[in-house]
Amino acid sequence: MTTLIILAALGIVILFSEIIGYRKVVLPLIFIGLSLALVATVMDWNTNRHYLSEMMIVDNYAVAFTALMIAITIIWFIFSPGFFHDQSSRVDHFALIVFALIGAQLFTSFGNMIMLFLAVEILSIPMYIMAGSKKSSLASNEASLKYFLMGAFATGFLLFGITLIYGQTGSFNLQIISQSLARQEGGGGVMVVAGILLILVGLSFKVSAVPFHFWAPDVYTGAPTEVTAYMSTVVKTAAFAGFFKLFATCFNGSSQIWVNTVIVLSALTIIVGNITAVYQTNFKRMLAYSSIAHAGYMLMAIVALNSYAQQSIFYYAVAYSVSSIAAFGVLLLVSHVTKNDSIESFKGLAKKNPLLAFITLLAMLSLAGIPPMAGFFAKYYIFTAALQQHYTGLVIVAVLGSLIGVYYYFRVIIAVFKSDSEGIEIPMNGIYKAALFFISIAALVLGLMPGLIAGLL
Amino acid sequence: MLIALIFFPFVAALATLLAKEKAKHVAFGAAVLEFALSIWMVMQFNPQGGTQFNVDYWWVPSLGISFKAGMDGISMLLVLLTTFLVPIIILSSFSNGEAGSTSRVQPRDLKSKISNLPLFYALILMMQMALVGVFVALDGFLFYIFWELALIPIYLICLMWGGKDSFRITLKFFIYTLTGSLLMLVGLIYLFLQTPGVHTFDIAAFYKLHLSSGEQGLLFWAFFAAFAIKMPIFPFHTWQPDTYTDAPTPGTMLLSGIMLKMGVYGVIRWLLPVVPLGVKEWGTMAIVLSVTGVVYASVIALVQKDFKRLIAYSSIAHVGLISAGIFSLNMQGLQGGMIQMVSHGINVVGLFFIADIIMSRMNTRTLNELGGIRNIAPSFATYFVIILLASVALPLTNGFIGEFLLINGLYQYNAWMAAVAGLTIILGAVYMLVAYKKIALGEINKLTEKFTDLTMHEKSVMIPLVIMIFVIGIYPKPFLDIAEPSVKNILDIIQGATIK
Repeated sequence: MTTLIILAALGIVILFSEIIGYRKVVLPLIFIGLSLALVATVMDWNTNRHYLSEMMIVDNYAVAFTALMIAITIIWFIFSPGFFHDQSSRVDHFALIVFALIGAQLFTSFGNMIMLFLAVEILSIPMYIMAGSKKSSLASNEASLKYFLMGAFATGFLLFGITLIYGQTGSFNLQIISQSLARQEGGGGVMVVAGILLILVGLSFKVSAVPFHFWAPDVYTGAPTEVTAYMSTVVKTAAFAGFFKLFATCFNGSSQIWVNTVIVLSALTIIVGNITAVYQTNFKRMLAYSSIAHAGYMLMAIVALNSYAQQSIFYYAVAYSVSSIAAFGVLLLVSHVTKNDSIESFKGLAKKNPLLAFITLLAMLSLAGIPPMAGFFAKYYIFTAALQQHYTGLVIVAVLGSLIGVYYYFRVIIAVFKSDSEGIEIPMNGIYKAALFFISIAALVLGLMPGLIAGLL
Repeated sequence: MLIALIFFPFVAALATLLAKEKAKHVAFGAAVLEFALSIWMVMQFNPQGGTQFNVDYWWVPSLGISFKAGMDGISMLLVLLTTFLVPIIILSSFSNGEAGSTSRVQPRDLKSKISNLPLFYALILMMQMALVGVFVALDGFLFYIFWELALIPIYLICLMWGGKDSFRITLKFFIYTLTGSLLMLVGLIYLFLQTPGVHTFDIAAFYKLHLSSGEQGLLFWAFFAAFAIKMPIFPFHTWQPDTYTDAPTPGTMLLSGIMLKMGVYGVIRWLLPVVPLGVKEWGTMAIVLSVTGVVYASVIALVQKDFKRLIAYSSIAHVGLISAGIFSLNMQGLQGGMIQMVSHGINVVGLFFIADIIMSRMNTRTLNELGGIRNIAPSFATYFVIILLASVALPLTNGFIGEFLLINGLYQYNAWMAAVAGLTIILGAVYMLVAYKKIALGEINKLTEKFTDLTMHEKSVMIPLVIMIFVIGIYPKPFLDIAEPSVKNILDIIQGATIK
C-alpha cells in the first residue's frame, strides 16, 4: 500500500513540475521516488496484508512481482532520457509511465475482480498514449490507434466475463468466487464456462497470445523503441502476473473448463511466434515476435498450475525482463546512431564496441535459452512444471520452438561477430554503460545461481 | 582439488583476456599447469577406489540440484586426454616461430587478428573448463550445464575464425547439437521427476530407478539422440564434415579430439547404466547404425579430394567403431572404447595438424595437387607416416590396441557385425595410404617444391603426440588399469538391472 501511495504521489509531483517549473530536477526525483517505492515494496515481504476489504492483497507473490517491475522501470528510465529530450512535452510522459506502473502493481495484488478491471485500465490507458507519443510519426499514430481499439475490445471481453461470473456466484471477491465455484455441480454451467472463457480471451489479448496477437507486432514496431521496451517488459510481466494470479486463485478448481484451451493457446503462441520471428529483418519486429513466443512459454506455467508453476513463472518473468531490457538497451543505442532498427545495423558491432557486443551476446543467449544464462533456467523450470503434470506433448512443442528461436537470435549474434563491415563507433555515457553491463551480468548470475530467486515464492 | 581442476581454466581464460600481446603464452602456460595438476591427481588416484576427489555442494536446493562431481577411472582417463591435448592444441596454433606471423589462426582479415587473439585463447580455455566439467559431473543438471557450456565457445571459435561460409555451417552445427541436447534435457527432467521422495538429479539416484521397459525405451532415444549427434553416428552426422572442414584447425582439433568424446562418455555414464532395459531393447539398433556409419564413412573417405575432409570422414568411421564396441556391452568392447577414445584423440589431432601444416605452406589441401613432399621434407614425412599408421591401427601403435579390443568385443556380441566393422581397418588403410601416396610420394611439382621441412615449433607439437602413440601402443596396461574397475562397475550395474 505504501508503494501505491508513493507511486501515486510521485506521478502527481511530476505533473506539477510543469506548472511550478522544476523540470530540470524531475529525473533525479523519479529515481528517488522509484527507489523509495522499491524499498517500501521490499519492506512488505512476508507481511501478507489485506487492504480495503480484500480489494488488494499484498502477499509475497505481489511483492516479488512489484519489486521486479519497479526495478525494471528504474533501468528503463536510465535507458530512456534520450526519448524525453526528443519530445516536446516530456514531463507528462514521465508521469504516464509512473501511472502505468501503478496499474502494473495493482495487476499483481488485486483481490477482487473490480480491482483487476481497474488495474487493466490504469495500466493500459497510459500505454495507449505512450504508443502514440511520437506525434509526427505515422507509424506511431497507427500503433496507438490499433493498440487502443484492440485493447478496448479486450477490456470489453474481460468485463463481460467478469459480469457473467458475478451473475453466477454473486461476488467479485476472488476467494468467494473460488469457493462458490467449487460448490457448484459440474463446475457451474454455461454462465461460468462463458465467463471464464471470455476472461481468458480478454487476458490473452493483453499478453498477446496467438490468435489474439495481431496487434502486437504493429504496435511494437510503430511505437517509439523506448515505449516498446516498456511494453514488452513491465507491461507483459504485469499482465502475466495478473493472469496467473487470477487462474491460480480463482479458477483453479474449474481447470477442466479452460485447461485444454490454454494448452492450445500456448502451443500456437510458441509455434507462430517463433516461426514468424524467423522471417523478420527488423530487430524490433523480431523482438516483438520473440516476445509473443515467450508469452507462449509463460502460458505453460498457467497450464501446469502446480507447486513449481508459481515459482517458475516469476523466474521466467525475471529472466525474460532482464534479458529483454538488455536487448532493447543495445537497440536504443545502436538505432540512435544508425537511425535504423534492422538487424543489418548491428553488423560488425564487435569490432568497435566489444562491450556492447558482449552484452548483446549475453542477452541473445539468454533469450534463446542457452545455459548458463537465466533464460535457460527459466525454460528448464517451466518445462519441469509442465512435465510434472504430464503435459509431455506441450513440452516437446516448446522444445521445438526453442530450437527455432536459436535460429533467429543467433542471426543477431552472427551479425554482431561475423561481418565484413567495419562497424561504427557507438558512444555511450557512463551510467548507461554501467546499467547495461549490470543488467546483462544479472542475466548471467541468475542463470548460474538460480537459487537466488528460484526458491523465493 | 577437483574444483581447482574445473575452474582453473576459467580463471586462466580471464587472465588471457587481460594479457593482450602475451595472451598465447599465458594460455599455453595455464594449459600446461592444468596438465600438471591432472598428472598430480592421477598419482593420487587409486583405480580400485571407486569415485574419488568427490565434491558435493548444494546449488539450487529447492530443486534438488547440487554441484556434485567426482572422478572414477573413466573420468580420469578422459580428463587426462583433455588436459594433454589442450596445451598441444594451443601450441599448434602458434606461429611458426617468426614474430608477428599468426596466419595459422586467421587466414583472412589481417587487421583485427592480433586484437582478437586473447579472445581466441580465452575461448579455448573456457571450452576446456566445460569439457572437464562434463567428464566429472555426477549430477544430471550439472552435466547438462557443462554439456551445453562446451557448445558456446566452440561455436564462437568456428564462427569468428572459420571460413567464408562459417555462419551457415556453424548455425547448422549449433541447432543440430542443441536438438539432441534439448531432447536429453527432457529425458533428464523426466528422470528427475521419477526419483522417489524429494526429487534429485543425483546420478546415484538415477541408477537406482527401476523404470518399465517402455519408459526406458523412450528415454534411450532421448539420450541417444543427444550423444549420437555429438559423436556423430550415422545418420546424425551430416553437420560434421562441413563443420570440421570449415572450422579453424584448433577448433577442429577440439571438436574431433575431445568434444566428440563427450558423446561417447555420455553413453557410458548416462545412457547404459541409467536405462539398461532400453539399451537391451535398442542396443542392436545402435550397433547397426554405428557399423553402417563405419562402412559408409570409410567409403566416402575413399573418394575425398580435400585432406581435411578425408580426416573428418575417417573420424566418423573410427567413432562408429567405438560406439559399436561400447554397445556390445562386454569388458573388451568397453575397454577398447576407452583406450580408443584416447588414441583417436591423439591421432586425429596429429592428422589435423599435418593437414594444417600443408594448408599453411601450400594454401591448398587438395590431394591431387600435392606430391613428392617426402623428397624435400623427410622429417615431416616421417612424423606423418607414424601418425598415419597409428590411425590405421598398425600393431605397436596405439590405434591397434583400441581397434583390436573393440573388434574383439564386437565379435563376442555378433561375429557378422565384427566382420563388417573389421572392414574399417582395410578401408582405412586404403584411403590413408592413398592420401599419403598423393601427398608425400611421387614427383615434386611446382607447388610442392617450395615446401619447407618442420620447424622446431612444429616438431615440439609432433613429438609428444608420437611419444604417446608408441607408449600406448607398446605398453597400454597402465591406461587400461585406470579404467578397468570403473568399467566393470558400470557393467555390473547393467547386468544387475537386466537380470531383475
